[in-house]
Amino acid sequence: MTTTPRAVRRKSRLAAPPDPARPLLPASEQIRLLDPAGTPLPAHPDYPAPPVEVLVELYRRMVLGRRFDLQATALTKQGRLAVYPSARGQEACQVGAILALRDDDWVFPTYRESMALTARGIDPVEVLTLLRGDWHCGYDPAVRRTAPQCTPLATQCVHAAGVAHGEAYQGRDTVALAFLGDGATSEGDFHEGVNFAAVFKAPVVYFVQNNQYAISVPLSRQTAAPSLAYKGVGYGVRSEQVDGNDPVAVLAVLNRAVAHARAGHGPFLVEAHTYRMEPHTNADDATRYRDTDEVASWQDRDPVVRLETYLRDRGALDDTTVARVAAQAEEYAGDLRERMHDKPTVDPLTLFEHVYAEPTPQLVEQRAQVRAELAADQEGAG
Amino acid sequence: MASMTMAKALNAALADAMLDDDRVVVFGEDVGQLGGVFRITDGLAARFGDKRCFDTPLAEAGIVGFAVGLAMSGLRPVVEMQFDAFGYPAFEQIASHVAKLRNRTRGALTAPIVIRIPYAGGIGGVEHHCDSSEAYYAHTPGLKVVTPATVADAYSLLRSAIDDPDPVVFLEPKKLYFASAETQLPARTEPFGRAVVRRQGTDATLVAYGPAVPVALAAAEAAQAEGRDLEVVDVRTIVPFDDGTIAASVRKTGRCVVIHEAQGFAGVGAEIAARVQERCFHSLHAPVLRVAGLDIPYPAPMLEHTHLPSVDRVLDTVARLQWDDQLDERWVAA
Repeated sequence: MTTTPRAVRRKSRLAAPPDPARPLLPASEQIRLLDPAGTPLPAHPDYPAPPVEVLVELYRRMVLGRRFDLQATALTKQGRLAVYPSARGQEACQVGAILALRDDDWVFPTYRESMALTARGIDPVEVLTLLRGDWHCGYDPAVRRTAPQCTPLATQCVHAAGVAHGEAYQGRDTVALAFLGDGATSEGDFHEGVNFAAVFKAPVVYFVQNNQYAISVPLSRQTAAPSLAYKGVGYGVRSEQVDGNDPVAVLAVLNRAVAHARAGHGPFLVEAHTYRMEPHTNADDATRYRDTDEVASWQDRDPVVRLETYLRDRGALDDTTVARVAAQAEEYAGDLRERMHDKPTVDPLTLFEHVYAEPTPQLVEQRAQVRAELAADQEGAG
Repeated sequence: MASMTMAKALNAALADAMLDDDRVVVFGEDVGQLGGVFRITDGLAARFGDKRCFDTPLAEAGIVGFAVGLAMSGLRPVVEMQFDAFGYPAFEQIASHVAKLRNRTRGALTAPIVIRIPYAGGIGGVEHHCDSSEAYYAHTPGLKVVTPATVADAYSLLRSAIDDPDPVVFLEPKKLYFASAETQLPARTEPFGRAVVRRQGTDATLVAYGPAVPVALAAAEAAQAEGRDLEVVDVRTIVPFDDGTIAASVRKTGRCVVIHEAQGFAGVGAEIAARVQERCFHSLHAPVLRVAGLDIPYPAPMLEHTHLPSVDRVLDTVARLQWDDQLDERWVAA
């Protein structure tokens, strides 16, 4: 018979109670399942890699997404769009988030999520309505379960908490995913949203794409936190950080986050470390705040190339499929280019619709005035 | 008929709305167990459960943003901002989201949310507890802005607000919470968009809303003793605004004074004065005048009586309405 030495017994009696924050804490390093060259790393016990056919679909939508993004930038240069905030370089995040969700889940995109919206199957012309300037939101958000793209920062974080709570309250197992960027984590509404979601145990995934800059301000001026993922922990929210240019890891972590929320464990916050290859928008000059070496270093971590290499090495992708996907992307872009060619017609009288369910007497008066002005214009022109 | 306070009528309106419509949820700071600092939500959590009437974290932008999300999921949120000035953190959510959701989405998503705000002064409250914030909301297209002055209106307008398909900022005059009137519930008064003549008169029209209505009525009583017969119109719903009732009254009397507690500069009274002038110019015997709060931050409790519209100040202003066809000295000097 063995007896436990006195010193060990004493030590075990004095052992600290388990740290309640520990299960919430992100990994100290970004979760990564592929190295930057696309070579697989050891499996992660918490984040199993998605099935290969899902990864092929992820690749396909990322290629289409990138082609869409390039086309939108080109359309801006041609004056077809007022402005375009590119997501080139963030394809793994933009598409991965969509693949982690069901069609009846709610998505809360920002202005940078045009690519994600196309990955969700929304008509790219409807996606670009906001940026073309003929209305604020071109798609039907109720049918698409996709909120209008949010330009005020972080305000959508609270809406996501509300929708998620409302859906759960009515007995539905919907998850809401809110996109946001690194800068938005400094806004009050981010903190209020995460806190509300946590207190009400609302099934929300907060997906922070940390692309290193809020327009020109680098992350170091945004936060002193070791990782943005730690911002969830203070609110009692399970949090994780992932290599945002590793498509396999992004989808693996988001799958886990969505499952966590759907199972009723409350919100989950994911920080994806990524990089915006283009300026903030076409109107921005990124050379004023970041150097070309930095941009070039991220070129080597291109998420599309990384996934393609991995899938080719696994034998899941060959030249034929790659060529077919590329052709699909060209067709997609060509169709978009053609349909964006014509200037949309806008009707000034629609300005008075949808302000209220029924226009106020004052709006009825103003509508009559504008109608008379339009009639006079037409008469003058005729 | 039973004597009832405005606070009780508001409480009954919330309870009846929750009874009639399962989608109605009530939340905010201290509205659950406590029943609200003014007890407007008293007993609702006990009666309807803490899923339908609940306390939230202390964050006004969060409360209103959460309501936007709940509305998107099909519910009818009624939220409370604990005091007027504490609603300011929520202003971005109100102005950029609540007010615009229908418009941005061409009606695909709407925000039928009621934002209840105890507002205005006259209760000896310390700073940040007595603001009249109606102009901020009335200036924001997409919002309806409502403020009751009577017990029956408090019940009826709140029921209308909760049933309304558009977001409503519902401003509750704190000073009138515990004023009583004989009221039979469920009271149903005039709908949104209708001003009401509270007192008939022939010599001048006093236009007021919320806490200024009793001041206007008291001034009209006092003027009667001096031989002037004043009409009092209660605006009730600032948005949508009833031009017709007010213009008809001013055309009849030929004189108009607009009264509100909020500071006058760029206030709702300026809008009303402009609208009356546009519609009634040929009937007016005098400029439209205003009795408003002074253009100062809301004063400390011991000084608030100087700031607030008083019966005397209203009567002094009425006296300036060019009764003897004499020019107002103030304007001559300018």
